[in-house]
Amino acid sequence: MSEILKMDKITKIYPGGVVANYQVDFSLQEGEIHALVGENGAGKSTLMKILFGMQKQTEGKIYLRGKEINMNSSQDALELGIGMVHQHFMLVPSLTVAENIVLGHEIKKGIFLDKTRAIEATKELSEKYNLPINPKNKVQDISVSQKQKVEILKALYRGAKILILDEPTAVLTPQEIEELFEQLMLLKKSGHTIIFISHKLHEIKKLCDRLTIMRDGLSVGVHNVNEVSEDDISRLMVGRDVKLEIDKAKAQPKEVLLRVDGINYINDFGKAVVKNVSFSVRKGEIVGIAGVEGNGQSEIIEIITGLKKATKGKVLVHGKEISNLSVREIRELGMAHIPEDRMHTGIAPNMSIEENFISEKYRSEEFSKNGYLLDNKKISDLAKRLIRKFNVKTDSEKTAVKGLSGGNIQKVVVGREFSSDTDLLIVNQPTRGIDVGAIEFIRKMIVKMRDEGNAILLVSADLNEVMTLSDSLIVMNSGEIVGYFPDASKVMEKELGLYMLGVNKQSEEEIRRAVNE
Amino acid sequence: MDLLLSMIFKDAFWFAVIRSTTPILFATLGAVVASRAGAINIGIEGTMLTGALMGVIFSAYTQNVWIGLLAAVLSGILVSMLLGYFALKLRTNIVLTGIAINILAAGGTVFLLAELTGDKGISTSLNSLVLPNVNIPIINSIPVIGNILSGHNILTYVAILCIILMHILFNNMSLGLRIKAVGESPEAAESVGIDVFRIKFIALIISGIFAALGGAFLSMGYVSWFSSGMTAGRGFIALAARAIAGNTSLGSLFASFLFGFADTLSNYLQEFSIPVEFIHMTPYLVTIIGFIVISIINDKKELERKKKQMN
Amino acid sequence: MSSLKLSTKINKYDTLRTVIAILIALIISAIIIFATSETPIYSINNFLFGPIQKLKYFSNVLEMMIPLTFTGLALCIIYQSKHFSLIADGCFFMGAIVASYVAINFTLPKAIHPVVAMIFSGIIGGCIGVLPGILKIKWKANELVTSLMFNYVFYFFGLYIVNYYLRDPEASVFASYRFNKSFALPRILPGTRLHAGFLIAILFIILAYIYIYKTKWGYEIRTVGDNINFAKYSGINTAKVIISSQFIAGAVAGIGGAIEMSGMYKRFLWDVTPSYAWDGVIIALLAKNNPKYVPLAAFFLSYLRIGADMMSRRADVDNEIISIIQAVMILLIAAERFLAYWKQREENKLAKEKYLNAKKEVQ
Repeated sequence: MSEILKMDKITKIYPGGVVANYQVDFSLQEGEIHALVGENGAGKSTLMKILFGMQKQTEGKIYLRGKEINMNSSQDALELGIGMVHQHFMLVPSLTVAENIVLGHEIKKGIFLDKTRAIEATKELSEKYNLPINPKNKVQDISVSQKQKVEILKALYRGAKILILDEPTAVLTPQEIEELFEQLMLLKKSGHTIIFISHKLHEIKKLCDRLTIMRDGLSVGVHNVNEVSEDDISRLMVGRDVKLEIDKAKAQPKEVLLRVDGINYINDFGKAVVKNVSFSVRKGEIVGIAGVEGNGQSEIIEIITGLKKATKGKVLVHGKEISNLSVREIRELGMAHIPEDRMHTGIAPNMSIEENFISEKYRSEEFSKNGYLLDNKKISDLAKRLIRKFNVKTDSEKTAVKGLSGGNIQKVVVGREFSSDTDLLIVNQPTRGIDVGAIEFIRKMIVKMRDEGNAILLVSADLNEVMTLSDSLIVMNSGEIVGYFPDASKVMEKELGLYMLGVNKQSEEEIRRAVNE
Repeated sequence: MDLLLSMIFKDAFWFAVIRSTTPILFATLGAVVASRAGAINIGIEGTMLTGALMGVIFSAYTQNVWIGLLAAVLSGILVSMLLGYFALKLRTNIVLTGIAINILAAGGTVFLLAELTGDKGISTSLNSLVLPNVNIPIINSIPVIGNILSGHNILTYVAILCIILMHILFNNMSLGLRIKAVGESPEAAESVGIDVFRIKFIALIISGIFAALGGAFLSMGYVSWFSSGMTAGRGFIALAARAIAGNTSLGSLFASFLFGFADTLSNYLQEFSIPVEFIHMTPYLVTIIGFIVISIINDKKELERKKKQMN
Repeated sequence: MSSLKLSTKINKYDTLRTVIAILIALIISAIIIFATSETPIYSINNFLFGPIQKLKYFSNVLEMMIPLTFTGLALCIIYQSKHFSLIADGCFFMGAIVASYVAINFTLPKAIHPVVAMIFSGIIGGCIGVLPGILKIKWKANELVTSLMFNYVFYFFGLYIVNYYLRDPEASVFASYRFNKSFALPRILPGTRLHAGFLIAILFIILAYIYIYKTKWGYEIRTVGDNINFAKYSGINTAKVIISSQFIAGAVAGIGGAIEMSGMYKRFLWDVTPSYAWDGVIIALLAKNNPKYVPLAAFFLSYLRIGADMMSRRADVDNEIISIIQAVMILLIAAERFLAYWKQREENKLAKEKYLNAKKEVQ
C-alpha cells in the first residue's frame, strides 16, 4: 500500500477568531478505511472541510499522490477524486434522486437535460455498488438511510476515489449501521479509500484499519486500530480518564406532575409524526425518550412546551390542561425547557450573557424598577452569580453570547433554565456537540435537579446518555411509543436497537404502563 | 354599472389590459428568477427606471430604436451586476442593496437627464423613438380575438415568449436545475461543485434583463418619453405578484394579468364620478388584497391536507 | 500587542468602515461634479461649505434634521425587531395631513393646538404603522412589499383628503387653506426658522433610547429582533411585540409629520411625498439602529442635503447628486466584506494569540 494523501501542518483560523486546527498532520494509505476520531469540536469536521475544498486552510499544504494540490472549492476536490458525505445531508429536497445525483454534472442532450439517461445512470450505479434506491423518488419523500445512500452514490458518480464520511452512523439504527458497514467494505474492496469520522469507538474497532485522533484542534496520534484498545483511544481523545457512568441514587418518584394523554401531531407536510402518545412523569424521576432522531421526539417536546399545538390529545401539568395556554403561561406553571438546538432556539446570539440569563425572568418584579424599567444592577448580580455557579468561562457578563464556545453557551442555557422557579424540566439533547468537561457538569446538574424533587423529561440521541441518566425509558419509532422500560438500568443497548428500529414492539398493556396509573 | 359592464365587454378594454399587463409581467418574471435562486430582488423598480431612461436616451441620440432597446437591456445587466457584486460578493444585505439601487436609480436618472439635456424630470427635449407594433397575420383576421390579441407592441409578444423560455429553463435545462438547487439548498449545490455565487449572479442578471425590458416597454411603447418615477411601483408590485404566482411562469402570467386588469379598470373608472385618487390607488390595493387572498388560500389548502391525513 | 487592545481595534473596525464609506461616497460625488460641472471648484465649495457660510444656512441644516430625526428614530425602532417595513413614509405623510386638518378645522389656544395635532397624528401614524405587521403575522405577507404598497395607498388617500376637504380653491397651485396661527410652533433662534420641534426631537431621541435599551418592552423588541425563535421559546408574545413596536414607530413618524407642518409650513403644499423614510433607512443604518447616534447621522445627511441644494441653486449641478451619495453609503456601510481583509488579519492575530495563551495555561 502507498500513501495516497498527505495533509501537512494544517492550521485553520475562522473569521470569528476560533482556531479549529493547529498544525495538524494527516495521512491516508490507498485502500484503507481510516478513522478520524475526536470529541465534538476537536476539529475533525474542519479538517475534512479543508480536504474537500469547502474551507481554505490558513497555513499548511496538502499532497495527493505526492503532488501538492491547491483547492478553492469542492469542485476542485471532486475533480481530484475526493468526495464527501456530510453529516447534514447536502441534498435538494424538491428534486428527484436522479436529479440530485447528476446535479453539477448534468447529462445533456444538446442544450437540454437528458432526464432518461440520468435515471439510467443512477440505476446502474446503485446496482454496481449494491446501494438500492429508486431514482424517480423525490428526496423529500425518502428515509434517512436512503438519503445517505444517495449521498454516497453522488460521490461515486463523480468518480470519487477518496470518500469522506462525516459521522454517517449518527442518524442510523444499529441494523442500518450493519448494512452500511457491508457496503463500505464492498467499496474498500473495489479500491476506494475511506475516511470514517466517528466518536463511537466500537464502530471504529469493527470497521477501520487505522485511526487518527484529534483533540482541541491538534492531531494527538495515528495508530493501527488492532494495536489500541477502546480505553486507550478514549483516553487520547479527552486527554484524561473519563468516567461516562454517572453516580446516582435510585429514584424516589412521588406524585405525577406531567401527564401526556393521547397526543397526535400532523406536521406541515401533512405527515402524522406523533401518533397517540401517552405517558407521565413523576416528581423526583427522570423519564428518558430514546429513538432515532426524527421519530416524533422533537414534536412531543414542542407540544409539551407550548411551541406547537397538538392536533389531538391533552397535556396536563399539575393536573391543569395546558393545550390552550401560551408558552409564557406554561412556563409560569413551573416548566423549564432546554431546547434541542441551542443556537436556533436557546439564545439571542448578539445579546449579552446577562440579557440571555433573564429571558424568562425579566417580567418579574425582582428585576424591574417602577414596573417598566429594567434593574440593571440586579440583572448583572444574577448573571455574575450564575456564571460562577454554572462555571461559564467568560471575561464579563456583558460579553455577547455568540463569542462563547458551544459548551459555555449550553451552560448559559442550562443555567438560565435551572435557575428559574420550576419543578418540571423538559431537557432535549442537553449535551450535544459540547466538550467532555461541560457534558459531565451538565449531566451532574440534571441528576442534582432530580434529587431536589424535580420531574424531568429527557430526550437524547446519545444512547449512552439516555440510558445512564434515565430512571425509566420510553422508546419511540415512527411517532409511536413502541416500548416502555420502568427500570432503565436493566435495558441492553442491543435490545433497545430492535425497538428503535421498529422490529420489536411491546403490547398495548406494556406500553400503557408509561402512564403510571 | 351598466356603463362599466359595457366597457368591459369591449375589445378595446381587453386590448388595454394586455398592454398594462406587459411591464408587470416582465418585472414579475424578473422577481421569479431571482426568487428561485434564493435572492429577493428589491432593485427591480430601480432597474426598470434605468432601463426606461437608457432606452429613451440611446434611441434619441442614435435615432435607432433597436440600439435604444439594446442599451436598456445592457443597463439592466449592469445594474444587476452592481446589485450582485454587493449582495453576493461583499455580503451587503440584499434588501438594503435593492433599496440603494432604487435610490440611485430614482435620483440618478433625474440627475443624468438634467445634466444631459437640462430637462427636469421629463424628457421633453429628447426625440426618442417607439418600438413597433406587430400585427399577427392569421389571428389578425379573427373578429374580436384579433382586435384583442393582435397589434400589440413587439415587447408584449417578447414577454409571452419569455414565459415559455422560463418554463423550458426551469424544467429542461441544467442552468434552471442549478438555479433551483442554489435557491433551495445552497450548501447542497456547493457540495457538488456548483459555484453558488456564479449561479445567483446569473439569475440576478436574467432578472435585471427582464426588469429592463419592462422599463423599456414603459418609455418606448406604453408612452414615448421618460419621466421621473414613471415605473410607479411596478417593480414592487412584481414582488407581490411573484408571491401570488407561486414562483411558476404560468402563475406569473396570471398574477400580472390581475394587475393589468386592475390598472386598466382604474383608467376606465375615470369616466365615473369616483375621486381620481381612489382610482390611482386601485392597483396597489389589488396587490395587497391579492397577497392576502393567496395566503388565505394556501392556509386553507394546508388545513384540508391535514384533515385528510387525520381521517 | 495585548489581546484586549486588539479586540478594541476590531470593534473600531466598524466605525472605520463607516468613515471610509462616507469618504468614498464623497470622492465619487466629487468626480461626478468634476465631470459635469463647468465650475467644479465653485460647485464643490458650495456643496461642502455653503451650509456654514451664514447662520441662516446652518439653521436650514438644523431645520432639515427635525423630520429626518423622526423618520430615523421610527426606522431604528422598526429595524430593532428585524422587521423590514418602510411604512414610516406613509405614517409621516398621513401625520402631516392629519395635522393640517387639525390646524385648519380646530380652534385651540396657542400652546395646545400643535400638541393636539401631534396626538392625533401620532395615533393615526401608529394605526397605519401596524398594518404591514398585522398582515405579516396573520398571513405571512412580506412586510417590505405590503408596506411599499400601503405607502402608495396612503399617499393617494392623503391627496384625496386635501383635495376634497382642505384644498383652497383660491390658491393657484396645489395648496390647502391657511393653518390657524395658533398651530405654529414658536421659533427658538432669532433670525432663523429653527423652531421648537428641534427640542421635541431631542426629547424623542432620549425617550427612544430609554424605550429600546432600558425598558422591558425594549428588551422584548431586541430579543425578537435577534432571534425570534428564542423569543417565542422564552414565552415572549412575539406578535404583540411586533405590533406594539410598529405602533410606536408609526406614531413617532406621524408626530414627525405633524411637527414638520406646524414648524415649517403655513399651508399643506406637498403634492409629492417628501419620502423622508428612505433617508430614515440610511440614518438607522448609520446609527446602527441606536437612537443615541441618530442626531449625528441626521445632521450629516441634512448637511449634505442643504449643501446639494445650495450647489444646485448657485452652480450647475443638479441636487439629485445626493441620491448617488446616499446609495453608495448604503452599499458600502452595509457591506459585511468591505475592508474585511483588514479585519480578518487582526482577528487571525487575536485568535492565534488567544490560542497560544490557552496552550500556555494547559502546560
